[in-house]
Amino acid sequence: MSAPAANGAARGGASYLTDGMTLWSWLSTHDHKRIAILYALAITVFFFVGGAAATLMRIELATPQADLVSADTYNRLFTMHGVIMVWLFLIPSIPATLGNFLVPLMIGARDLALPRLNLASWYLYVVGGAITLAALLLGGVDTGWTFYTPFSTLFSNSHVMAALVGIFVTGFSSILTGLNFIVTIHTRRAPGMTWFRLPLFVWAHYATSVILVLATPVLAMTLVLLGIERVARIGIFDPALGGDPLLFQHLFWFYSHPAVYIMVLPAMGIVSEIIACFARNPIFGYRSMAYAMIAIAVVGFLVWGHHLFVAGQSVYASMIFSLLSFVVAVPSAIKVFNWTATLYKGTVSFEAPMLYALGFIGLFMLGGMAGLFLAALALDVHLSDTYFVVAHFHYIMVGGSVSAYLGGIHFWWPKITGRSYPAAWGGFAAILLFFSFNFTFFPQYLLGMAGMPRRYHEYAAEFQGLNVLSSAGAVILAAGYLMPLVYLTWSLRRGPRSPANPWHATGLEWTVPSPPPTANFADPPTVTEAPYAYPVQAHSRGLPRPPASRLPRTP
Amino acid sequence: MWVFIASEVLFFGVLFFAYLIARLRFPDAFSAASRRTNLTLGTLNTAILLTSSVSMALGVQAIRVRRREAAAGLLAVTAGLGIAFLAVKGVEYRDDYRQALFPGGAFAFAAPLRSGAELFFWLYLTMTGVHAVHLAIGVALVGGAAIRTARSKVAIRFLLFVECAGLYWHFVDLVWIFLYPCLYLVSRS
Amino acid sequence: MTPLEIRRHAILWAALVALLALTVATSFLRLGFVNLVLNLGIAIAKAAIVLIFFMRLGRESRAAQLAAGAGVLWLMLLVGLSLADFARRN
Repeated sequence: MSAPAANGAARGGASYLTDGMTLWSWLSTHDHKRIAILYALAITVFFFVGGAAATLMRIELATPQADLVSADTYNRLFTMHGVIMVWLFLIPSIPATLGNFLVPLMIGARDLALPRLNLASWYLYVVGGAITLAALLLGGVDTGWTFYTPFSTLFSNSHVMAALVGIFVTGFSSILTGLNFIVTIHTRRAPGMTWFRLPLFVWAHYATSVILVLATPVLAMTLVLLGIERVARIGIFDPALGGDPLLFQHLFWFYSHPAVYIMVLPAMGIVSEIIACFARNPIFGYRSMAYAMIAIAVVGFLVWGHHLFVAGQSVYASMIFSLLSFVVAVPSAIKVFNWTATLYKGTVSFEAPMLYALGFIGLFMLGGMAGLFLAALALDVHLSDTYFVVAHFHYIMVGGSVSAYLGGIHFWWPKITGRSYPAAWGGFAAILLFFSFNFTFFPQYLLGMAGMPRRYHEYAAEFQGLNVLSSAGAVILAAGYLMPLVYLTWSLRRGPRSPANPWHATGLEWTVPSPPPTANFADPPTVTEAPYAYPVQAHSRGLPRPPASRLPRTP
Repeated sequence: MWVFIASEVLFFGVLFFAYLIARLRFPDAFSAASRRTNLTLGTLNTAILLTSSVSMALGVQAIRVRRREAAAGLLAVTAGLGIAFLAVKGVEYRDDYRQALFPGGAFAFAAPLRSGAELFFWLYLTMTGVHAVHLAIGVALVGGAAIRTARSKVAIRFLLFVECAGLYWHFVDLVWIFLYPCLYLVSRS
Repeated sequence: MTPLEIRRHAILWAALVALLALTVATSFLRLGFVNLVLNLGIAIAKAAIVLIFFMRLGRESRAAQLAAGAGVLWLMLLVGLSLADFARRN
């Protein structure tokens, strides 16, 4: 059994993990796989800092009175939670880690087109992240992650400037990552890897990169204007000086709404891979899936005005944005239907990644449907700035993106590390997270319907019952997130070694050893077939036969 | 490189958009304020930048046909014109400052035009400032390319780098082409 | 770098400077709204020269053209849809 492995290692070079063991060899690496690991380490730190802030908030909200933190501290907590989770965790989470690792492998390339730029973007991210984190932890910022003017420019005495600088720098890291993916997918595809043979994961990252490149500069410049206004007291956005606060909101949401799609499109890519693999079926409607992703990326740019319905925007504009917001639901629904159709008559097995993927579909649908409520003009007047909105976007971002991110981590963990994690723990954590997530956030839909406003540390006593439920769920959720951290770390040393293709999946990334050699492919691969050629005929590919339970049923 | 330029279009686009909204709000103040900008120096700078784009285009062409020395010379001329632009811009900022056109403190305009004019000059400073930073980066890129081309035996090795630097340079020129009428020519008649 | 090419670039330079002179000259005429149109029209003409002849957009790959077009299109989306608000607000 060791002969093929040794052969692979000899021909492809050492595994990327063992190719240079010094710290410097990691910090100066141009290898997309190592940069992905660097990103993963950084965002994991940010995730747990942001999560800690959220847990504190939920504990405070267990009672209607302010007994744990003051109003001011609470404002700083939710700002810290929002800023970290949005810019330092969710935006880079899937693209910069799994995307960085897998896009070159999936298209049969040696590396990204611009490896040095890739490393530079990691450094920008770390520097920007450190500045932001310092502003949030040492001083605190009380504006909320949205930095609405004129509060952020005239009234807030917190460390807004430092946070702005940090996010500005991080933004450049996003732009460079997106740029790199676009160039790579255009120019580095292996022979035979045509556009419609690309795995949907790659399509998703292409669509995401378009958003990263076209939306992020708008945010960057808006933050510059905000900073100038704050320092110089001029009236670009400040109504007292003749400016227009809605201009800020327009510019901010022109970035921040598409940013939601930066978070959810790569998640959709991951889910597509996982569903096809564990249903043992080719993706239903592959082309419509690819087009739907591009459509989401484009139409997602046209709906930002639905964040301004109650902010004084003209009714005429609100009507247009409301209509467009309904339109963007169409490609999203296409995807949900196609995933469901992929499951149909499949040989479904419920490994941990599949549990996350199925959870994603359910939670994404619940969140998306709530989005339609909010897109309706009249209903939004009632629901705006209530916990309904909080629940809505947490279903999309946490239930959707984080579920898919964890699903992707569990799916490709054997490939990335060369080790398997305990399957039972993986499945248990996935189920626990699904239930505790709903436990936390479903009550918030009800609270929002009942009219509980968001962003307050106190609330009317009649809301306490549901808030206690939500807080209890949040504590379980927080514990649940620690579980993968523990058993995945454990598996790094103690987990059994994984073969090249433990799930018997299709895709070029599974044809190289686990973990892949530095150069990825010993010989440049040539692609001759469409993706998702399931069911895989195990024996015809020279792979060990899977256990009987996982074999496709043959007539 | 074109993808990067698309990104930059949006980056500057925000400034132009903010300018548009502010101008719609304060048409009179913008007319009055724009009349106080230095048309002579602004026009001179436009001419300098347009000329530099021509020399840049010729420089890229020279390197394509492997005329190494000509290329190095043309790139150096381009970078020199860029420095000239920045110098003129510096003089212009100094004059603006002396005429109390920098907002804050003693400002050349009184109410009711004051807030609109302040906005105009803030946008003027931001837009030209961001443009100047871009141009300074361009000078470094093109100057570096000139030196490397002059030293190297094989000019063709830098073709990709020089082409990208060229595209960037032209893009910075494009931004100025639109900044110029927006800032200097609002209402001269 | 043939003399022909140098001559071509000289003509382009002359055209750019002529357009610059034209836009300065017309801006001193009291034409009202037409001033704005002329200034912008001339800026677009100069931009077109730079894009087509210097940046060779016409000869770039389809993907590059798409990227350049996307940049402009997205900016128009930002401005256009926002104006739906600003133009109709009370």
